[in-house]
Amino acid sequence: MSKKRVMGLFGDFEEAHDAIADIRRNEVPGLTVDDVTMTSPIEHPEVEEVLGERPVHIQKFTLFGAIFGVTFGFLFLAAAQASFLVQPQGGKPVIPLPSNFVLMYEMLIFFAVWLTFLSFLFLSGLLRKRSALYSEKVSLDQVAIIVEIDESIGESVKGLFQKHKVLEIREEAIR
Amino acid sequence: MTMVTEKDINEQIAWAKINTDVLKSMENPRPAYWVTLAVCLAMVSTAVVAEYIQYTVGMGTANLNNPHMWDMYIAAFVFWIGMSHSGTLLSAILHLIHADWRKPIYRFAEAMTTFSLMTAGIFPMIHLGRVWNLYWVLPYVSDRGVWPNFRSPLVWDAFAITTYLTASMLFLFVGMIPDLAICRDNTTGWRKKLYTILSLGWVGSDQQWRNFRKIYLLMACFLIPLAVSVHSIVSADFAMSIMPGWHITTFPPYFVAGALYSGCAAIITLFILLRYFFRFEDYMTLPIMEKTAKLTFAIAMVWTYLNLIEFASVWYGHDIYNKELLIAKATGPYAWIFWTMIFCGSVLPFALAFKKLRRHMPTMFVVSLFLNLGMFFERWMIVAPTLSMSQEPHQWDIMYGSIVEWGIVFGSFGWFGMLFLIFVKIFPSVSMYEVKEMVFHRKRSAGEEDLARMTDHAKPVTQATGGEGA
Repeated sequence: MSKKRVMGLFGDFEEAHDAIADIRRNEVPGLTVDDVTMTSPIEHPEVEEVLGERPVHIQKFTLFGAIFGVTFGFLFLAAAQASFLVQPQGGKPVIPLPSNFVLMYEMLIFFAVWLTFLSFLFLSGLLRKRSALYSEKVSLDQVAIIVEIDESIGESVKGLFQKHKVLEIREEAIR
Repeated sequence: MTMVTEKDINEQIAWAKINTDVLKSMENPRPAYWVTLAVCLAMVSTAVVAEYIQYTVGMGTANLNNPHMWDMYIAAFVFWIGMSHSGTLLSAILHLIHADWRKPIYRFAEAMTTFSLMTAGIFPMIHLGRVWNLYWVLPYVSDRGVWPNFRSPLVWDAFAITTYLTASMLFLFVGMIPDLAICRDNTTGWRKKLYTILSLGWVGSDQQWRNFRKIYLLMACFLIPLAVSVHSIVSADFAMSIMPGWHITTFPPYFVAGALYSGCAAIITLFILLRYFFRFEDYMTLPIMEKTAKLTFAIAMVWTYLNLIEFASVWYGHDIYNKELLIAKATGPYAWIFWTMIFCGSVLPFALAFKKLRRHMPTMFVVSLFLNLGMFFERWMIVAPTLSMSQEPHQWDIMYGSIVEWGIVFGSFGWFGMLFLIFVKIFPSVSMYEVKEMVFHRKRSAGEEDLARMTDHAKPVTQATGGEGA
């Protein structure tokens, strides 16, 4: 069965939330809240109440970056110090921990920040071609609900959107 | 009596108007913007000429010789590193404590962080003298036998500043992505192409917003300890030595407080300029200026306290070199700089305690410039007197910097100003999506308060005045 994406543009969060609440109540058979994406001009704090908890994994990459940074920092510094024994040490150890801790701290933050950023790009679906269903009105003041559905329930979805005063409906076939 | 609190921002402002106002600002600034940019370019030209002289003739033109092996350049370096703490304070710290009044002004403060670090980074290179040998400091195995000493705070500086510059640039960029998408959707020509690339395909989906909230929080959490470490390490350039006036336990917090102070003062200066250049009266409002001024006042008092504690510890510590140097600072050849620093840094901030002055933009502009003058003198007073009057009297020498040094330092202000002004012309200096959030939440909480008030009025008197459960 062929599938398509339908986007409804709403004038405010309330109408959009009500429409999603109806989807949660299974008012359109075959459509669940997992098929719903909401796009909005600002981050709505209560979006999780409507869409349900969806996992965020960025912090795991941050932790990995931090651990990598501190480990790499130590190894990099120790390797550099150990390869240059000609340098006068003044009675101090070749690999001095107190001063290396300062640099390891910086490396921890450096790699943690980079890994956080790169994971953000990857996990947020950035650097990909935008769908044709994107509306510039979302960056202004409208809220969009995008659902991925079987063509057979297309009319029911549109009916649900219209019940909640949708301003505009667009659709796109999925190849 | 009901107290009426002035609002930080007009909650009734339409979202479409926020977009229009900010986008228009990038196209159509007041003529004063162009005049200021021209002045900055002229200042940069001065620095280029001065650097050319120093490059071709040598470091002698900068009066750098024993005992003054580094003077103005390191003072300027510390000053610019300090300035960079503005963005961290306004963006990261105030973000974590949910002070939403920061939203209309944090973007330019973050930009200040990046550009002041880019300005600060130039000074160690200029100070090298032989800038063409800069790559010698890189830690790679070579037959020259030159290897960085990782025990030196100067190497720590390089690590810390590189990390801070990278992290603050990423923080600035990440915070701008939703706004860049707005710009992409509302511009044409080269701007559209630029914003399309930089917005990375942002569409504002719930998944993107959720990840955005997390990354912003994580980066804010990293930036605060990073900023503290950067200025602590800069203070270690001095405090790790055994020179009088430098080997002081309170130097790290003193440097951090000074950094926040000069950053805040610079925020006030640029707040006023941007408000005028781009007609941002609806966003950079008087109540927000008042809050920034109060914050600056609080930090000024912390800085004053740390000065006093430093003087007290030197005085009662009774180390003869340190004590003589402290007396020389207050009564010797640099006394006029010392007392100007105390006046600008500790006395003048009391102007910020007066509401009428806090709301008077020309006064605030002048006060903020003098606060930063005080902070520049503070850095000079850290560096120069110790080098002029250290342990060995036969080396004593008073120095005020050569015209070449002054030219380069003067030009650094132009360099910073030029980068900043170009940035605010190309990128939105007010965060559109965050102002929309601010307006949205305030409007909603005002509505809830109204509702609560109406409900309270409707309640029976026994409940409204506190009944059993009161």
